[in-house]
Amino acid sequence: MKILRLCILAAGLLVLWQLLVLLTGAPPYILPGPLPVAKSLLLQWPILLKHLATTLTEILLGLLLGTLLGTSSAIAMIVSPLLKRWMLPVLVISQAIPVFALAPVLVLWFGYGMASKIAMAVLIIFFPVTSSFYYGMQRTDPDLLELARIMGARPLAVLRTIIIPSALPAFAAGVRVATAVAPIGAVVGEWVGSSAGLGFYMLHANARMQIDVMFAALTLLATASLLLYFLVDRLLDRLIYWQPQQGTNL
Amino acid sequence: MSPTLDTPHRLAAKLPMNAPAIVFDRVNLDFSGKPLFRDLSLRLEGGQATCILGPSGCGKSTLLKLIAGSTTLPFTGGLHLDTHSPGGQQVAWMGQNDLLLPWLSLLDNVLLGARLRHELTEARRQQALNLIREAGLAGYEQALPNALSGGMRQRAALLRTLMEGRPVLLMDEPFSALDALTRFRLQNLAARLTQGATVVLVTHDPLEALRLADRIIVLAGSPVEVAEILALGGTPPRDPGDPAVTSQYAELLQLLMNGETV
Repeated sequence: MKILRLCILAAGLLVLWQLLVLLTGAPPYILPGPLPVAKSLLLQWPILLKHLATTLTEILLGLLLGTLLGTSSAIAMIVSPLLKRWMLPVLVISQAIPVFALAPVLVLWFGYGMASKIAMAVLIIFFPVTSSFYYGMQRTDPDLLELARIMGARPLAVLRTIIIPSALPAFAAGVRVATAVAPIGAVVGEWVGSSAGLGFYMLHANARMQIDVMFAALTLLATASLLLYFLVDRLLDRLIYWQPQQGTNL
Repeated sequence: MSPTLDTPHRLAAKLPMNAPAIVFDRVNLDFSGKPLFRDLSLRLEGGQATCILGPSGCGKSTLLKLIAGSTTLPFTGGLHLDTHSPGGQQVAWMGQNDLLLPWLSLLDNVLLGARLRHELTEARRQQALNLIREAGLAGYEQALPNALSGGMRQRAALLRTLMEGRPVLLMDEPFSALDALTRFRLQNLAARLTQGATVVLVTHDPLEALRLADRIIVLAGSPVEVAEILALGGTPPRDPGDPAVTSQYAELLQLLMNGETV
């Protein structure tokens, strides 16, 4: 049922796209229809796939590193109030800097390869993961903590058994946001300077007026991002096994 | 519910004997700028079940939290456990909310204290399994709290409290959120399994107090004072139809109503 609904939704979007082309009479170098785009998708499939692999690797590594970094920072801030006092302002200030503006600097520092794109994705992901996990842990039911205290609990056991699981729903919300924005980081990084990846290939095609190829790359990127999101959504639902129907109900 | 529930059983949780008395000695405490306790002196006998009754906001729960060391409110005066046993944790807590961890199975919830102290052993596990069987929860060991009824959850919370093996059990309206029948059965179970411990039970329900207590303390006034101490005969859990219970019920209600108007 879910898959059927998705298919109908996708078909509806394609029809809308075609209608837009027909109604506006836009030339193919401004807005190509779904058919020419599908054709270049098929023709360019091996090249597109190669670039997709690059971009996906950047996104996944960015997600992994960003989540790892975010969770460890959040735990460090919960464990050490001193660290929290120094880190929290840095975290907030880091969000005041438009991350995209840092892209050229990152490329300068980390080079044209994957590292700068991963760094970009990590920078974007870090904040939602850290803040959601941290505030989730902070909102642990005080009655539970009091119960643990009366039980004579060890602090690390409380962290592992009570505080971290309490924060997992909030953490999952942060990771969902992170998954949605990670591709932005990777693609922006590719735009600024790279020699591979779907973002790079889009610019490349754009410069050669291969607008249908550009759209093919865009479609592939959107589909891959969507699939990644659903996959992560599923995984997170598994992680929070005690809460049925946590994720998106598409 | 299992038919074994209301039949006498040996005590699966080994509660320590010689449970200590709790002594309040001229305790003064203010709450939100108003005096809650003024020179409150009180002795809660060791190894007995004491129920504390009184109007809402009179300080019943604060009294319990003081014993548990759960309040940050500053107080003066003495409060100590009259014990000869070596130090360490003496009290276990059970509240109105079951506080079961939704991500742990019933068995793991019952074993929570041991897990949090890194004291999980096979013997503990067996003890928990015995208790679970005794409470009529066999077959639900691996169930998550979300899959349990309110009564089952509160039973699990009671077992978790008993598993602590502490001589003093502090219970803050533990059965108030349950329906009448479930509450009745849980009261029986609690009375049976907590024998020998110093139980302090705060409740709104005079009948609950009459069923479970060896002594009932009625609090009233502001700052709060002990309005009455009733010593009850017989062994808990008492039958609600017991003439002694019914006659004292009316008396207790009257006392509580007088307390509200003080």
